[in-house]
Amino acid sequence: MEYEVVIGLETHVQLKTRTKMFCGCATAFGATPNSHVCPVCLGYPGALPTINGEAIRLTVMAGLMLGCRIAPLSRFDRKNYFYPDSAKDYQITQNGAPLCLGGAVRLPAREGEARVIRINHIHLEEDVGKLTHRAGCSGVDFNRAGTPLMEIVSEPDLRSPDEAIAYLTALRECMIYAGVSDCNLEEGNMRSDVNISLRPKGQEAYGVKVEIKNMNTFSGIHAALGYEIARQKAALDAGQAIVQETRRWDPDAGETFSMRTKENAEDYRYFPEPDLPPVLLAQAQIDAWAKDLPEAPAARRERMARDYGIPDYDAGVLAADRALADFFEATAQRCGNGKLASNWVMAEVLALTAKEGRPVQDSALTPQALGDLLRLLEAGTINGPTAKALLPELFAEGGDPKAIVERRGLAQVSDAAAIEAFVDAALADNPKVVADYKAGKQAALGFLVGQVMKRSKGKASPQLAQRLLREKLA
Amino acid sequence: MAGFDIDRVALLARLALTEDERRIFGAQLETIVAYVDRIAGLETAELDATLHGHAEGAPLRADTPTPGLPLEAVLANAPARVDDEIRMPRVVE
Amino acid sequence: MDDIRHMTLAQALAGLRAKRFSSVELTQALLGAMEASQRDIHAFVTIDAEGALAQAAEADRRRAAGEEAPLLGAPIAMKDNMNVAGQPCTASSRILEGYVAPYDATVSARLRAAGAVFLGRTNMDEFALGSTTQTSAFGPTENPVARGCIPGGSSGGSAAAVGGGLALAALGTDTGGSIRQPASHCGIVGLKPTYGRVSRYGVVACASSLDQVGPMTKTVEDAALLMDVIAGHDPLDATTLAAPAPRLAGCWEGMDPARPLAGMTLGLPKEYFGDGLDPEVRALTEAAAKRAEALGAALREVSLPHAGFGIPTYYICMTAEVSANLARFDGVRYGLRVPREEVLGQYLATRAQGFGAETKRRILLGTFVLSSGYYDAYYNRAQKVRTLIRRDFEAAFAGCDLLLAPVTPEPAWPLGVYQDDPIRNYLSDVLTVGANLAGCCAIAIPAGATAAGKPVGLQLLGPALGEATLLRAAHALEPR
Repeated sequence: MEYEVVIGLETHVQLKTRTKMFCGCATAFGATPNSHVCPVCLGYPGALPTINGEAIRLTVMAGLMLGCRIAPLSRFDRKNYFYPDSAKDYQITQNGAPLCLGGAVRLPAREGEARVIRINHIHLEEDVGKLTHRAGCSGVDFNRAGTPLMEIVSEPDLRSPDEAIAYLTALRECMIYAGVSDCNLEEGNMRSDVNISLRPKGQEAYGVKVEIKNMNTFSGIHAALGYEIARQKAALDAGQAIVQETRRWDPDAGETFSMRTKENAEDYRYFPEPDLPPVLLAQAQIDAWAKDLPEAPAARRERMARDYGIPDYDAGVLAADRALADFFEATAQRCGNGKLASNWVMAEVLALTAKEGRPVQDSALTPQALGDLLRLLEAGTINGPTAKALLPELFAEGGDPKAIVERRGLAQVSDAAAIEAFVDAALADNPKVVADYKAGKQAALGFLVGQVMKRSKGKASPQLAQRLLREKLA
Repeated sequence: MAGFDIDRVALLARLALTEDERRIFGAQLETIVAYVDRIAGLETAELDATLHGHAEGAPLRADTPTPGLPLEAVLANAPARVDDEIRMPRVVE
Repeated sequence: MDDIRHMTLAQALAGLRAKRFSSVELTQALLGAMEASQRDIHAFVTIDAEGALAQAAEADRRRAAGEEAPLLGAPIAMKDNMNVAGQPCTASSRILEGYVAPYDATVSARLRAAGAVFLGRTNMDEFALGSTTQTSAFGPTENPVARGCIPGGSSGGSAAAVGGGLALAALGTDTGGSIRQPASHCGIVGLKPTYGRVSRYGVVACASSLDQVGPMTKTVEDAALLMDVIAGHDPLDATTLAAPAPRLAGCWEGMDPARPLAGMTLGLPKEYFGDGLDPEVRALTEAAAKRAEALGAALREVSLPHAGFGIPTYYICMTAEVSANLARFDGVRYGLRVPREEVLGQYLATRAQGFGAETKRRILLGTFVLSSGYYDAYYNRAQKVRTLIRRDFEAAFAGCDLLLAPVTPEPAWPLGVYQDDPIRNYLSDVLTVGANLAGCCAIAIPAGATAAGKPVGLQLLGPALGEATLLRAAHALEPR
């Protein structure tokens, strides 16, 4: 039988805050165990939670990015279950009245129309501690306990593993863009629980779903979904019922395995957290935060391609990184030539950032400087090689390109009389090359241009040098 | 009031009960539940819940780190430790 | 030195300021009385003689250096559910054996900053779950006035310490009457502030939406002195109120001494004077109402129509919160651990051995009312009935300034009685739970004694943030 795949994702995104969700402990990755803890995140007797306002702001920003409604009143709830990594044996989360409702993620169009994946809601919660399994015992480290997590819950609108990855990629781009999260996958900043079911094509009702928990790599999610689709299809084709359950993805085996549930009968007994009054957000507050909201990456991609006349591919690469896109736009506006700015940012600047291992915003190169450099190039004041030679210096130390060019006398020589002397010298010193050229070897001209450049210490206009050489050799 | 399943509730609460406790608590809780059940007769459909002792919203804290507890204080309170972690019996996933 | 048994906090502070005695002398005298009384009264779980004397010496040194602070050198007793850095804090439970507080509760920090000396930690019902102090894992406290009787609870140790002259003043906590009821039984003053007026940070939670810390003292003036130190917004407790705490000490000054209650209307809730009320308690309460009238107050009968639903509502809301608040006592991070080979077994054994019977009963009830299939009928419905109860109080306060009522339906009963009858115990809270469910403030002050010499308290209840009015009336009505 033909089946339709139905996938929904619950994605936990770690918020970029300095402190934990409910206490002032620093959020830290890779620190000495139990060195970033306090009575609150250790669940000591008498300790009480307080709400990190930055976590609220970041979640609202995420919600606004995805077009959610921001709840004027939201609540925290307790989810009760015993586990050694849970400091209070309940987790503070939002069950009944989450911060953000509705919204959608727009996937880039690929073969046909763009897909819209609806968001059910976004809620805030705290992470648990870390369990390390050792020989004969387990160890608990509470450094991570209380780290703010935003859970983005999609509707079951995804129809393939590829679409799930496209959704996660778009989501990740959005969250990095809005400064909500680093979404560092290695550090587990973005983890997903995956719900997947199959239904016969054309059937309205959903099939029985299976949940695969706590996956933090896109490739793992893709592979697990692929495996699960094949497993469920085989079972359904064989007339077997799918069991509603939680399964675990084993990346080494390339298979999912049924997990025993944590409690015989899970009953989380959610109820409103009595230690935390509701979060009341005035519209004026939300509006004030919204002023800092960046343009969504997809919209920016389209606008940049249109406004600067650059290829979609370039716009895509630039828009994927908010700081880079900001840098590009400022550069383009400074020099007045979007295509030239795009070429230089895509080729020269990205090569430098890769070589130096730091992004452009952490370098000394300002968009004003690059814009000015490109203006000098376009105006013919300097030539391309000079511009390229100056870039690493501007990246490392900064400076005003115009002043540097003047101070060092780097302006290109466009005076035909001055260049003619270099041309004559180059021709006189290389009779064999001249003979080759006259015998029809076009490449010899390039060598001769190089000789002129060398004699002019790089400052000759290469175009003018070439023209004069042709004239003399004609 | 439909049956107070003491075994289910005790497991959820992580309380091992002796046979005596099971019997005595079971009977006492049946009585208590029957007693508190007197609110069942009240018309409450239109009412908002009172979840807090007052109606103010929660203050939001600034995202500024504050010092926590020294590691040695944490480990000194822990009943057992393994290196810098709190020791527990092996947790089976 | 003056007789410390009858010395008030205000008198002690005056004596310290006048250098008639030192904090060390005062502390030593109290420590002596405390230790001598431990076998009979057992008001304390921990007596920190060494620490108290060191703090007293430090206070004396500061005073000699010309420093001043509101409670400089004044010895205070703390209920055993309040964290004081470096001291044990057991909430009278075995499950917190071995735990040493690494931090100060906000009330402890404020007392410390005000120069107070921490005398010791008072006995209580385990996790404040009880109204007799008999559920303490360390044995009961005896009423120092009505000997052979319960001191009330859950702040029974604090009440007995102050009533027995072993401490000048103490802090207690009140979830459903746990300050007012033992204050009444021991013949002292006990104030339950408006919910959110005093920080709960660092106070072992019983029921988060009901708990308040308050003073237990010999006089209304002493209660005001302590409130002025401990009350006010705390950034560490999101449920504390934003409004600044007005100064309460001396708020009764300037009233006509002959008719201090002139212009004040006191409501008598008819449901609080029902059939179950002990005749002597009724007579003493009515006499107090007459006295109020003679002092200028207008009396008016009011109704709290849902008062009869107070106990069921309270025992659902409170136990639900207790079941979650006490989950953290699991033997993982601190306190008692009963080691087992696997985690589930360790949880079950640790909590079975660590908690007493009443605590287990309430955890079980709270777990039940939140569990799937019962949540709507119990927890959710009780939250709504709580709205009805709150509205009753709002309506009553629309027509009067304060309510006047008994604290408990009967005077202190003998130790050991009613132990196997939970509901009988729960019903003793019937006149006090309303203030907690509604979030308003209430105070117990001595109203006299029964023929057998058992103290009986008078309860005054005020609207949220009505502490100043409450203390003005209480000051006028307390015995001189």
